[in-house]
Amino acid sequence: MYKIAKENLSALFRMIAASQDLYLPVKVCGQVNFKAWSEDAEVDLDTLKTVKSPKDAFFPQNENLYTVTKENKKLKIEPEALRDKPFVVFGMKACDVQAVTVLDNVFLAEPVDTYYSARREHGTIVALACHEPEESCFCKVFGIDCAEPAADVAAWFVEGSLYWKALTEKGEVLTEAVKELLADADKEEDKVEAEKEAIRAVVEKLPYSNLSLEGWNGDALTEKFNSELWEQLYKPCLACGTCTFVCPTCQCYDIKDYDTGHGVQRYRCWDSCMYSDFTMMAHGNNRTSQMQRFRQRFMHKLVYYPANNNGMYSCVGCGRCVEKCPASLNIVKVIKSFQKQGGEK
Amino acid sequence: MQELINRAKELLADGTVARVLGWKAGDLPYNPEPAYFETAEALDEFVYNGFCGANLSKYMIEASKLEGKTLVCLKPCDTYSFNQLIKEHRVDRDKAYIIGVGCKGKLDIEKIRAKGIKGIESISGAEITDEADTLTIQTIYGEKSCAYADAMLERCHVCKGKEHKIYDELIGESKDTKDADRFDAVKAIETMSPEEKFAYFQSELSKCIRCNACRNVCPACSCRKCVFDSTKFDSSQKANVDSFEEKMFHIIRAFHVAGRCTDCGECSRVCPQGIPLHLFNRKFIKDIDELYGEYQAGEDTESRAPLTNFTFDDAEPSIVGKRG
Repeated sequence: MYKIAKENLSALFRMIAASQDLYLPVKVCGQVNFKAWSEDAEVDLDTLKTVKSPKDAFFPQNENLYTVTKENKKLKIEPEALRDKPFVVFGMKACDVQAVTVLDNVFLAEPVDTYYSARREHGTIVALACHEPEESCFCKVFGIDCAEPAADVAAWFVEGSLYWKALTEKGEVLTEAVKELLADADKEEDKVEAEKEAIRAVVEKLPYSNLSLEGWNGDALTEKFNSELWEQLYKPCLACGTCTFVCPTCQCYDIKDYDTGHGVQRYRCWDSCMYSDFTMMAHGNNRTSQMQRFRQRFMHKLVYYPANNNGMYSCVGCGRCVEKCPASLNIVKVIKSFQKQGGEK
Repeated sequence: MQELINRAKELLADGTVARVLGWKAGDLPYNPEPAYFETAEALDEFVYNGFCGANLSKYMIEASKLEGKTLVCLKPCDTYSFNQLIKEHRVDRDKAYIIGVGCKGKLDIEKIRAKGIKGIESISGAEITDEADTLTIQTIYGEKSCAYADAMLERCHVCKGKEHKIYDELIGESKDTKDADRFDAVKAIETMSPEEKFAYFQSELSKCIRCNACRNVCPACSCRKCVFDSTKFDSSQKANVDSFEEKMFHIIRAFHVAGRCTDCGECSRVCPQGIPLHLFNRKFIKDIDELYGEYQAGEDTESRAPLTNFTFDDAEPSIVGKRG
């Protein structure tokens, strides 16, 4: 284990950024999101949750797939280059790290998504333990320990220092590259252990930590799908895409052609099951009501995904939807409503 | 609140209304959700407190299509939206039983969070009957407090007044919470150089994630199918794939609601990235006031609106060149 004083972090960022891209939480116009580091970036490691999750680092909201240009009567097709240089994402949290595993199961399964896999291959994740978890957090429900993020490097803020522990080979390589800024802290492991215990004690007190997922699994398909509850639950939904776009695990995308005036840019962008043209096909749309679209989101996270991934849920309890839904709806309320209905039977 | 619940139960029982549109208690101290109630028992979950900021007028577009009347709880500023929707023939006045609910300013959980208050367990002082001007917030990390006014939504600082513009009956007292001029921020931007303006809006709008929350919550955005949802045009991009999306979506939307926007502030309330979207609308409102005389959309249901009316004194198109 190593450590670095908080005031030396800019030197650390500068050193990492000298040889590779570095993405970390940056405040722009009052909001903290993952951005590329620069000398004048206002890095904010105190805000627990970035508005958007760091999923952009591996699966950006939009990316070009290829560009078609027309010269005289010839078409030139140029595929977008795959990521071939290393980069670091600093300051992810345990829930967001688990979310990357959720994405891996989708994008790294055959047929492998080459754009995604190139980014995964070249990305190193430095994850921070959650110093002060908040009331909207429920990662514990999904078996995530926010006191000990399972990334390439795990880090903790204790008494004005960042404690740094490489957990994988990629983590070792990064540690080696910045070693001159790190001090040995093998003898201070007990401080980090105390911080972990303190975090876990707070997690126990969080209102959502004991949420029960009983009844939600890959086998619950028909029963949950046909429930009359959805008709009530979706009602306040505005059909905006906030929940899906701040979500670290939502992975649906659309592929479109953009007419550049002198060619075509084929790009893909995040899609939202809340949108009316979601999964629109030539024959039309297979979900014609907002109730169906609303149901899709929760069925996907709690039933369909577990059915295809050995029971793993595709929610990690980051709580961003809890904080950001304009109508105050969220996955926790959905789970609780089903539980309540079950209890009344 | 109990008076409101009792009255709703009466109106449900005597068949005046078929349902109640209000707010249901959330599972955290600050997240009540808009909800329909069809029975007296269901109303046990009804709540009306400082966190009921959602403007229920727009839900009345759908409720107008249902059998029977819907009791809808509207705050003073929400009634402007309802009037405007009547004017645009988007809601049916006869399908609504409007209870004008008292309001002393609504709260913004983001403002509370911005004070570093987190791990919230309970909040007291947010009830409509509370006289306290301070919120006391119990958190996992100790007790905190916050002045009620400091936690209010931006729109409440430029409150349009405590009068309901349309209602069947009133329950509860309202307070005019205005302590700022709604055009101050617009004036400040007007004094910027074009480059500064561009930089300001570019940095604000670069946060946009195209979630469409601003559009979907907006009572003035009531088109059955939005052009930005059409799959036939390049306008349907779901992401800020190029500068068109980033800059134009919001500007086009502001143009489209110009003269109809009541300045209800819902766009800014719901933006997950805290973009001050109301500034676009207020610029239009200010310009309309200056060019056509003071006008407040939603003040009534009958008057002709400046941008859809013609008079010989109307501003000429050349005004654009003169004003820049």
